[in-house]
Amino acid sequence: MLTYVAQRLIESALVLLIMSFVVYGLIGLMPGDPIDIMVSSDPNMTPQDAARLRALYGLDRPIVERYLNWLGAALQGDFGFSRLHARPVLEVLLPRLGNTVLLMGLSFLLAFALALPAGVYAALRPRGAGDTAINLFAFAGISLPPFWLAILLIILFAVVLGWLPAGGMAPGGAGLGVQVQYLVLPIATLTLATIGGILRFVRAATMEALRQDYVRTARAKGLSERQVVFGHVLRNAMIPVVTILALNFGALFSGALITETMFGYLGMGKAIYDAILGNDFNLALIGLLLATLTTLLANLAADLCYTWLDPRITYR
Amino acid sequence: MVTRLVGLLCALVLVLAGLGSALAAELRIGITQFPSTLNPLIDSMLAKSYVLAMTRRPLTAYDQDWRLICMLCTELPTIENGLAVPEALADGKQGIAVTYQIHPGARWGDGKPVTSADVVFTWEVGRHPKTGVSDFEAFRRILSIEVIDDKTFTLHLDRITFDFAATGLEILPAHIERPIFEADPATYRNRTAFDTDPANPGLAFGPYKVVEMVSGSHIVLARNDTWWGAKPAFDKITVRVIENTAALEANLLSGAIDMIAGELGVTIDQALAFEKRHGGRYDITYKPGLIYEHLDLNLDNPILADKRVRKALILALDREALSQRLFAGRQPVADSSVSPLDWVHDPETPTYGFDPEAARALLDDAGWTRIENGIRHNAAGERLTLELMTTAGNRSRELVEQVLQSMWREVGIETRIRNEPARVFFGETVAKRKFTGAAMFAWLSSPESVPRTTLRSDQVPSAENAWSGQNYTGFRNPEMDDLIDRIEVELDRAKRKVLWARLQRLYVEELPVIPLYWRANAYVLPKWLSGLRPTGHQGTTTLWIEEWRDSR
Repeated sequence: MLTYVAQRLIESALVLLIMSFVVYGLIGLMPGDPIDIMVSSDPNMTPQDAARLRALYGLDRPIVERYLNWLGAALQGDFGFSRLHARPVLEVLLPRLGNTVLLMGLSFLLAFALALPAGVYAALRPRGAGDTAINLFAFAGISLPPFWLAILLIILFAVVLGWLPAGGMAPGGAGLGVQVQYLVLPIATLTLATIGGILRFVRAATMEALRQDYVRTARAKGLSERQVVFGHVLRNAMIPVVTILALNFGALFSGALITETMFGYLGMGKAIYDAILGNDFNLALIGLLLATLTTLLANLAADLCYTWLDPRITYR
Repeated sequence: MVTRLVGLLCALVLVLAGLGSALAAELRIGITQFPSTLNPLIDSMLAKSYVLAMTRRPLTAYDQDWRLICMLCTELPTIENGLAVPEALADGKQGIAVTYQIHPGARWGDGKPVTSADVVFTWEVGRHPKTGVSDFEAFRRILSIEVIDDKTFTLHLDRITFDFAATGLEILPAHIERPIFEADPATYRNRTAFDTDPANPGLAFGPYKVVEMVSGSHIVLARNDTWWGAKPAFDKITVRVIENTAALEANLLSGAIDMIAGELGVTIDQALAFEKRHGGRYDITYKPGLIYEHLDLNLDNPILADKRVRKALILALDREALSQRLFAGRQPVADSSVSPLDWVHDPETPTYGFDPEAARALLDDAGWTRIENGIRHNAAGERLTLELMTTAGNRSRELVEQVLQSMWREVGIETRIRNEPARVFFGETVAKRKFTGAAMFAWLSSPESVPRTTLRSDQVPSAENAWSGQNYTGFRNPEMDDLIDRIEVELDRAKRKVLWARLQRLYVEELPVIPLYWRANAYVLPKWLSGLRPTGHQGTTTLWIEEWRDSR
């Protein structure tokens, strides 16, 4: 198992290296560069000034040379400077990564904790009143645009009831209670936006597992319905669910973007989005690589989960 | 018993009054953009100007009545008062020596005086080729600085222009920034104390100083005790950044912020909708000014190279109806690039009303006579089709586009709308003149802004000039070039006004651009706030923050 994990980590490092070149190249191919933005906002800038600034920022060199320079510096721990935040990239991203992991992690856990029993319940009673209600709820969650949901929650809980802050981050040094207050609405928005999809996967996977021969055998052996569901159905149903969840982990960054924008929450998704729009190459690059790394690690975790869910699966 | 009760009530009233004044001690402003840096010389950004205007002052600025005034200096230099003296330069050209005196009470937040040495240091940073200062040209125009004493200095400029005194020079604190700069000028922009230590009081000499900055979230400012001017009303100002305007409104309604800045707040249609729903609770002020919304026409397109087609385009538009229906008349129709609020505006300049018949006649005259399925064709069978572009996601502009499309359709002009994200639109399509028809966007300028970069022939962006210049239409007119050159150097106001009148007339005769409307900023303010006067130009309201008062 350890050999397998080590092998996967080496593979992940290689994927990251390849991705760093691909992302660097794609960012370099985007129309305009930081100097173009300066030229369009400063009517007095002369062609000579633009050329001087391009040389100063290293933008006049071929993209491969720029990439190799960047890689060399990155391997020595220098990930560059954020143009938009006027600070080293990691100094900007690491706190935001922490914020996003907190936001995503809590909403993901909450969504999973709610979707699992609801999905299994719906699968056990297909086309019943409960299943219909749960499906309605799931489709509402999938269909509601997160920005609209966010505004509704802000208006209800911050404007009308005045119970919670409308957005922003808890002030520095604030107690746990205040920090939780600031997290409630963003987490609720993200949870409601993700729960529908997970619920549908759980329901479908459980229904599929219920149709398998081993379930019929288990029932024929006289096991109770609880033993059948928890001992056989659920573990097998979880394998495709875990795969989907791991693959969707990277997408949560983009899902968090809308929530982060609406609530003024300082997270990774928003930082990456702003960096791409603002031609902040270094920040966009590291942000996207962090998102890639998160997805790779989530997939590794999913692979390891399989061995626990299904003892027949082993890695050598 | 009664006495005790009265005493208790009095104490309660005093406590409540105390609470009231404690509340009044803070003003929370909502804006939609976070400044990328607080260094006044690196990058130009409205959010930065908004915040810095509270912590420092430029040497001179245009006031709310669009007059040039001293902010950090004591007397505005003029030739008449002897503080501006034309001088011959070594190369035989004419330059000018302009003398300023820094306000004697001006001190940085750490108590050090603001001196001529700070001005010299700022100039050194600004003109250093490795510092990455974008507005290099402004510093290059200063040939040398003569220090007369700690508070007096003379700028020797390389040319005489009418606006020689209008230097928006933002001074850096030499005692803090010089060691950082001299350690390595090439990396100064990454190590400036404005970003690494923004709460350093020595960086501010205005009514407020930054005491906390959380990147992307908020900036907290506290009253600066070394400020020499009127005492500002608020002990503390928090500038919160909420980029989504719907969330910005919700934050205002929930009481998380007190006001929305007009400079960086909600759009006009959002403000109008907000006023209908919640207008009674807030003072909503609309200030049209120098944000000129227009259509740049690509004159390299053979269809648009024909002046008759350009005139037909504007005559087919009912811009007054557009302004009334979409913006409740808050954004007045623009007739040229010069605002009616500017002293150089000439009311005699011809204007274009809504005249679809005249538009049809002009198109007939231009050879677009054959109409098939409502669209005009010329003798060669070409369709009269134009591409209309703007920034995708900008609701106001997208609405205007649809109105323009339907109005032009009425006279047989087909319009294809193709919008792009702002980054692509401005960074590539407009900057490199890749739009083939009309591009809708706005110019923001200062009063009496000479349109050198937008109308002069040598300012057409191309690969040869590294895409510099803003003459995106490709307009080339020798008379316009001559007028621009003459206006810049004409010091006599009366003579200059005559030249401006001719420029406006030529602009509407040639019509390289279709003027649409003057955009307005919407300030959503609490009823207890007074003294805030929108400027209508690029100077932010916070340049006069000490005049804002709390009437609670």
